Amino acid sequence: MATVTQAPPVAPAPETKPPRKPRGRGRWTPYWLLLPGLLWLLVFFALPVIYQASTSVQTGSLEEGYEVTWHFAAYWDALSEYWPQFVRSVLYAASATVLCLLLGYPLAYLIAFRAGRWRNLIMVLVIAPFFTSFLIRTLAWKTILADGGPVVDALNTLHVLDVTAWLGWTAGDRVLATPLAVVCGLTYNFLPFMILPLYTSLERIDPRLHEAANDLYARPSTTFRRVTFPLSMPGVVSGTLLTFIPASGDYINSDLLGSTDTRMVGNVIQSQFLRILDYPTAAALSFILMAAILAVVTLYIRKSGTEDLV
Amino acid sequence: MTFVNWLKRRFVAIAGLLTLAYLLLPNVVVTVFSFNHPKGRFNYTWQEFSTEAWQDPCGVSGLCASLSLSLQLALWATLGATLLGTMIAFALVRYRFRARPAVNSLIFLPMAMPEVVMAASLLTLFLNMGARLGFWTILIAHIMFCLSFVVVAVKARVMSMDPRLEQAAQDLYAGPFQTFVRVTLPIAAPGIAAGALLAFALSFDDFIITNFNAGSTVTFPMFVWGSAQRGTPVQINVVGTAMFVVAVLLVLVSMAVGNRRNRRKA
Repeated sequence: MATVTQAPPVAPAPETKPPRKPRGRGRWTPYWLLLPGLLWLLVFFALPVIYQASTSVQTGSLEEGYEVTWHFAAYWDALSEYWPQFVRSVLYAASATVLCLLLGYPLAYLIAFRAGRWRNLIMVLVIAPFFTSFLIRTLAWKTILADGGPVVDALNTLHVLDVTAWLGWTAGDRVLATPLAVVCGLTYNFLPFMILPLYTSLERIDPRLHEAANDLYARPSTTFRRVTFPLSMPGVVSGTLLTFIPASGDYINSDLLGSTDTRMVGNVIQSQFLRILDYPTAAALSFILMAAILAVVTLYIRKSGTEDLV
Repeated sequence: MTFVNWLKRRFVAIAGLLTLAYLLLPNVVVTVFSFNHPKGRFNYTWQEFSTEAWQDPCGVSGLCASLSLSLQLALWATLGATLLGTMIAFALVRYRFRARPAVNSLIFLPMAMPEVVMAASLLTLFLNMGARLGFWTILIAHIMFCLSFVVVAVKARVMSMDPRLEQAAQDLYAGPFQTFVRVTLPIAAPGIAAGALLAFALSFDDFIITNFNAGSTVTFPMFVWGSAQRGTPVQINVVGTAMFVVAVLLVLVSMAVGNRRNRRKA
């Protein structure tokens, strides 16, 4: 993630020339080039996903071994027992995505249009947090949001915490171990993934379009609404996906900044797999999460009409 | 009213800089707390100034071992993912073949999936195969998830390449091998370098997939995670700060070199 100039991963440049179709001896070259990498992905990505799907319909125990019995009980158990965690994951990830968009857009806009000679420096500062392990940085939020610390005190004095407590985002005069802390951590962790795609799509906008809008008596807000924002849609789409997908499966922020009341689906999968060792339920949970994400992504890409994204 | 107007005009700048502050605040805290001398086991509240941890960064057992393990893993994962990814990228851009759409989606899927799902399914496979979890399972996993990012980075560069340059090389009697080494590779190099850097950063900082597939092997992120449960030594902040400073310096130097080169060209 230390690349400054590279376009964000989900939005490749449009293809310019149609690749030629080789004949004769060179016909097999692409397959030889693809073979090792694709084999790797098939064996260590596609096969495990299929394997996991089969695990989710197995019954048995660790001692006696598992057998595929096509029992979908694991799915029923998983959903009926862990639906609050699912709902929470979606809510937290969606809130974090919206916050990232609201916070990230002004900064991306600033870098693209207003920064001038400061552009490169601000860009480096946006990427710079990546240079330190994200776990260390997430732990730093424990200090920032500590009980009785300056941030919490200020929020208390301004009676912000009363409002958030009434909304159910915080509890008492604490921020740590509440949903607000988790969403704050998620937003922080995935903000650069929103800013970079936004910046690349904003930067491509021809400044003459702004002048044209201005000449046609559009107010700045109208220019933004009718010209800038629609043209930045590819960035908004890939930014929201790059934020929402990892955030929905995350369990680090909830574990470090939250409490047992903020557990997300990732936490459940992690503890089922690594501590409780209930593989069928864990596999079912992870399969449901994957299916849900793929459905959301497909629908979202269709709706926003940016299918060339993939 | 004038203040409101001023605020209105400067809205983007103020909001943008506030976001930047939000992004950088934790780094400031990490740096400041690397000079802390905590009383208990956790380094979350400020006690007193001390440079103890900076004088003895390896003073905590296991920290430097985990750091060197993470570096080794990241190097091998970068090598593997860059090699395989570059080959795939060239195949995808340069050739049209029937399986292209299928290949494209196989590359895209790992990036569109929550890490925890990939981690869990890979662990299922390893458990079913009876593989011993450790260095090799982590390496396999890291190459797997870095691969797609390398493909995307290299593809973008190769796609924007002018095909006439290679034709020119061939017109000047360069063989296919010579053309590739003397023309194609140097032009694709920035894309490959970007992909490799990305792979290195992703692998070095990966936690979720490693957490599932590491067994009892401890990488640096795993060490930090474990210490969050047992007690955070100040040395973690020292390592974090040092990494940050070194990386920022590298970026600034490379930017300065790039600027000078551009100026010389102009």
